[in-house]
Amino acid sequence: MDWKRFSFITLVIVLLFTVVVLVGSAAQKPVVIIASMLATTLTVATPLTLGALSGIFCERSGVVNIGIEGMMLTAAFFGWLAAIYMNSIFGFSSMPSLIVGVLFAILSSVLMSLLHAVLSVTFKVDQIIGGTVINILAVGVTGFLNRQLFFEKGSVFGGNVPHAPGTLPIIHVPVQEGVEAICKLTGGTEGCQTLANAFGKVFDQQPITIAAILLVILSHFILFKTRWGLRTRAVGEHPRAADTLGINVQRMRYLNVLIGGVMAGLAGAYFTLESVPSFEPVMTNGRGFIALAAMIFGNWTPFGAWAASLVFGAAQALQINMQVFRDVIPAQWTILQNSYVVGLTPYILTMIILTGIIGKTIPPAADGQPYEK
Amino acid sequence: MLVPLLAVLTAVVVGGVVIVAVGGNPFFAYIGLIQGSFGSAKALSETAVWATPYIFAGLAVALAFKGGLFNIGAEGQLAFGAVTAALIGYALPDWLGTDLPAIIHIPLAVGLGALAGALWAAIPGALKAYTGGHEVINTIMMNYIALNLTSFLLNGPMRDPNPIDLSAQTPEIALSARIPPLFEGLRFHWGFILALVVAFLVYILIWKTTLGFEIRTVGSNPDAAQYAGINVKRTIVISMALSGLLAGMAGTIEVTALNYRHELGFSIGYGFDAIAIALLGKTHPLGVVLAAILFGAMRNGATRMQFLTQIPVDVISVIQALILLFVAADAIIRYIYRFKTRGERVVLTRGWGG
Repeated sequence: MDWKRFSFITLVIVLLFTVVVLVGSAAQKPVVIIASMLATTLTVATPLTLGALSGIFCERSGVVNIGIEGMMLTAAFFGWLAAIYMNSIFGFSSMPSLIVGVLFAILSSVLMSLLHAVLSVTFKVDQIIGGTVINILAVGVTGFLNRQLFFEKGSVFGGNVPHAPGTLPIIHVPVQEGVEAICKLTGGTEGCQTLANAFGKVFDQQPITIAAILLVILSHFILFKTRWGLRTRAVGEHPRAADTLGINVQRMRYLNVLIGGVMAGLAGAYFTLESVPSFEPVMTNGRGFIALAAMIFGNWTPFGAWAASLVFGAAQALQINMQVFRDVIPAQWTILQNSYVVGLTPYILTMIILTGIIGKTIPPAADGQPYEK
Repeated sequence: MLVPLLAVLTAVVVGGVVIVAVGGNPFFAYIGLIQGSFGSAKALSETAVWATPYIFAGLAVALAFKGGLFNIGAEGQLAFGAVTAALIGYALPDWLGTDLPAIIHIPLAVGLGALAGALWAAIPGALKAYTGGHEVINTIMMNYIALNLTSFLLNGPMRDPNPIDLSAQTPEIALSARIPPLFEGLRFHWGFILALVVAFLVYILIWKTTLGFEIRTVGSNPDAAQYAGINVKRTIVISMALSGLLAGMAGTIEVTALNYRHELGFSIGYGFDAIAIALLGKTHPLGVVLAAILFGAMRNGATRMQFLTQIPVDVISVIQALILLFVAADAIIRYIYRFKTRGERVVLTRGWGG
């Protein structure tokens, strides 16, 4: 990542955090606010990070995928549906229901990505149109089934949405213990203990959020350190040369689009199995498209895309914290109380980033072009 | 003409399978759909009412396609146009302190609303032309910005002060800003006629004017257009602005001829429907009008269908998505019905490199 984009990301994150600290300082200690902002940023960046990884696998192999939004929505619905069936109809307890939910989320998203692969690799449909088809199909199918199964008389659940089996539990990451141990070794001051208390819980996150961070590292390794990654990039940059060397271009593209489907499925599961225990029509709210902007700004690399996702995450964390602190917001900043206005930040950031004024990035050379043998 | 028809037919068959799968009777469902959309004068009138914004929004997307641009943002442009038209409709007489004659007030509301839509689309157009920011993501972002802004306005400054109204909506527009219905007792209004006229004008614009030629040339080959001396950047901005103008019209006509106010959430879904209509109509104005009437009929007939078969109206969204799938992937249709592929492939959009 070049210095221009890196300093932009740092600057925006620092700026967003500063605003929250200044506004919230009347109610909370700065260190506590910063820690809570960090934790929220990591959480809300999850679907963006995973969505961007989905895009990276597709586009590194040469398939543009603007259907990530639709894949996420499909996954969010079917994962939630599977969890409810397991819990309410088959009588399983919460944890196995949620795990089956995550698996079904991934499965449904992979099926959608298979459709995208069939359209764009086999039938060579215009890939942007293909992605749009996925998005529209997802809105239609999830909206219809949601109504049909839950809100119609005589439907499976007879007009009552059953209680969902909750959300995935928080995993404790022993950061606090680690910092405290270091504090003791270095002759522990009080400040050290305060830090440990404040930041010790930042990484206590739910499993999909933690998985997203690990998948960033894994994806980087796969794309840049393995034969698979080299082949993926080859079919995305110069499919004819790759074909000449005996790489099966169509097969590589199919498999990478399906991997993208897995990532988008996990992102979808975040919405209904990790974030909130319910489904609402079109609840993904453009996250799939913002993830694409993160992918572009991150120059089609996992770490770059993650950094960009964190910027959007911080923008969203700002909105959430403004609601928390709405009673202590100083009079001259009342505009920050308005969640509609503050809610514009991620969208405006996306548009600024896409202008390329903060450093242009270069897509894979054969991105979006069907390969004719 | 064959591919769109077969696409609709195939989608109807697959949709029938979906209806069977959820325990409904597809024949009753489709009979209900046809009765509800064409079965009586009132049904016909309602179909036309539904089709009107679809014609405008479909033309908007189709025109952008001609210029090589993919406008997914019709929804936001429509919402912004509708809010503006509503504002002019209810507030202008207050600002001026006098009543306006309809002959001035209606064109002002419709015109400024359409201009607002044009402005909303010109922003991603300019970003595309001058910075290369991809219009697909930017128009989507503009949708969310429009949604947030209208939520803000309709819950705050522009909210109907009448305490009986609990939903977020503007006050009713003045009588002088209302486009009258054509027949007493039916909702069928002049907006539908206007939509047909505009469709014809778009046809003239695209095929019979210099600007239309420039738009088409930039759309099919921007490099060639550049060599031919066409100002490519300017043409891109104009294409997007005209597209937004048409989408804005869709919103303004709904406000001035039908609802007489703008309501939150009214615009949602139009953007995607408009894409399906533009593609089903093969981006030709006449095709768009026919596709819009088909989509309007489906939306309108769905209520009757739900009444007869208890299948929720949302099944229409599934059938429409299937239509789009089969139209976009005409290779599938050609494969199913075994007829020859054309030699030439039409490129509608381009990758991120722009």
